[in-house]
Amino acid sequence: MTELISEELPTTRQNPFDPPAEVTAIRDQARISRLKFADGHLGWLVTGHHQVREILGSPKFSNNPEKHHMLDRRFQGEVPEDKRKSEPGMFLSQDPPDHTRLRKMLQGQFTVRRMNQLSEWIGTIVDDQLAHMRTFDGKADLVKEFALPVPSLVICALLGVDYDERHRFQEDTAKMLSLDSTFKEAMDAIARIQDFMRELIARKKANPGGDDMISDLLATGEPTDEEASNMALLLLLAGHETTANMLGIGTFTLLQHPDQLKILKDEPEVIDNAVEELMRYLSIIHFGPVRTAVEDVEIDGHLIKAGDTVLMHVPAANRDPEKFTGNPDELDLRRPASGHVAFGHGIHQCLGQQLARIEMRIGFSKLFQEFPDLRLDVEPEEVPLRTDMGIYGVHSLPVAW
Amino acid sequence: MKISVDQSKCCGSGMCVLTDPDLFDQNEEDGTVVLLQEHPDAEHEATAKEAASLCPAGAITVS
Repeated sequence: MTELISEELPTTRQNPFDPPAEVTAIRDQARISRLKFADGHLGWLVTGHHQVREILGSPKFSNNPEKHHMLDRRFQGEVPEDKRKSEPGMFLSQDPPDHTRLRKMLQGQFTVRRMNQLSEWIGTIVDDQLAHMRTFDGKADLVKEFALPVPSLVICALLGVDYDERHRFQEDTAKMLSLDSTFKEAMDAIARIQDFMRELIARKKANPGGDDMISDLLATGEPTDEEASNMALLLLLAGHETTANMLGIGTFTLLQHPDQLKILKDEPEVIDNAVEELMRYLSIIHFGPVRTAVEDVEIDGHLIKAGDTVLMHVPAANRDPEKFTGNPDELDLRRPASGHVAFGHGIHQCLGQQLARIEMRIGFSKLFQEFPDLRLDVEPEEVPLRTDMGIYGVHSLPVAW
Repeated sequence: MKISVDQSKCCGSGMCVLTDPDLFDQNEEDGTVVLLQEHPDAEHEATAKEAASLCPAGAITVS
């Protein structure tokens, strides 16, 4: 069998809601194929659902960035060795036992029960933001007035970050995640957010006893200051960019699928499943995550050697017809969508997923209850897509009611 | 049917509680799995199996 080798990974989508057709075509030929990385390394591209799950669930693959070959040609040769190293507290890019120790400090704060207890409070934040939207004269940008503020307000309050200080991290987050930023711009942006987080940790240590997650974390006495500040940074970034983009492009998707939106309006109890299906359908990352094998491992008859970097393609895996029967490229709010890998899989699976679910369930439900006649205020092809950002979605969503 | 859980593998994702809160809970301290019923009724068989398959850390087995 000749092996399929890709030199580039496309991010341009033929349809705003679907993964690039070139990638799904690769998946339908070979769920595991070869991919050339920026340094010439011949690694792997994994597009099949069960293969992605197997690799993400395996301890034979590392998430230490020092081990990964880089995909991004722009940064090749530009990244000093010490910058590739995961910083203390950045548990997302660490392996056990560090990852386990740090994540455990936070897991108790994100349990299903704790997140369910926040429902009423999140409902109030959503109501307030919808009332704010109402003050505009029949039209607004849904991203600016609703999709971004809701998760930002929630995560700021949970972490004990002053929402009025969001200018200290929101623009820099965008710079950090922009695929158009140079390496230096991205590094400068992250350094400024780190300064802000260090100040925050110092303030909280000087005024202990606050009713927020960072104060609780510091009260355990477990993390060092540096760890605490990077852990807080991770939560802050993960907490507002991801859910915001799901609310934005999720609303765009529903408006473009009126039959499905009607189901949501007629059967409000479908919302829990609707959120899973929107997550499956949209994935909201272009590709990833990445892992590197720490020992030889055979997956589906392919020998992945120790040191080989593997790029998983979550959007393609979430449309894999072997897992999602019927037509996986069709949005179907009643489809059994559980088992999607939009939150990842394995020990790094999204820590904040139960919070994200509740924000989305309440956010979409109340949006369409309060604005049942919500419609797009531009042509669909005029909606600016985040093809230039690490996390996909829409830059703005002009709506009218 | 017998459910077993391995707290040392658990990463506190909460997928089991989301799937069947009658069978699973999470420790308040570190979010790890707490098994509520080791031998549940047959009516919980499907959700027990689903929880095992959804667990991102492979911490649940149903036999």
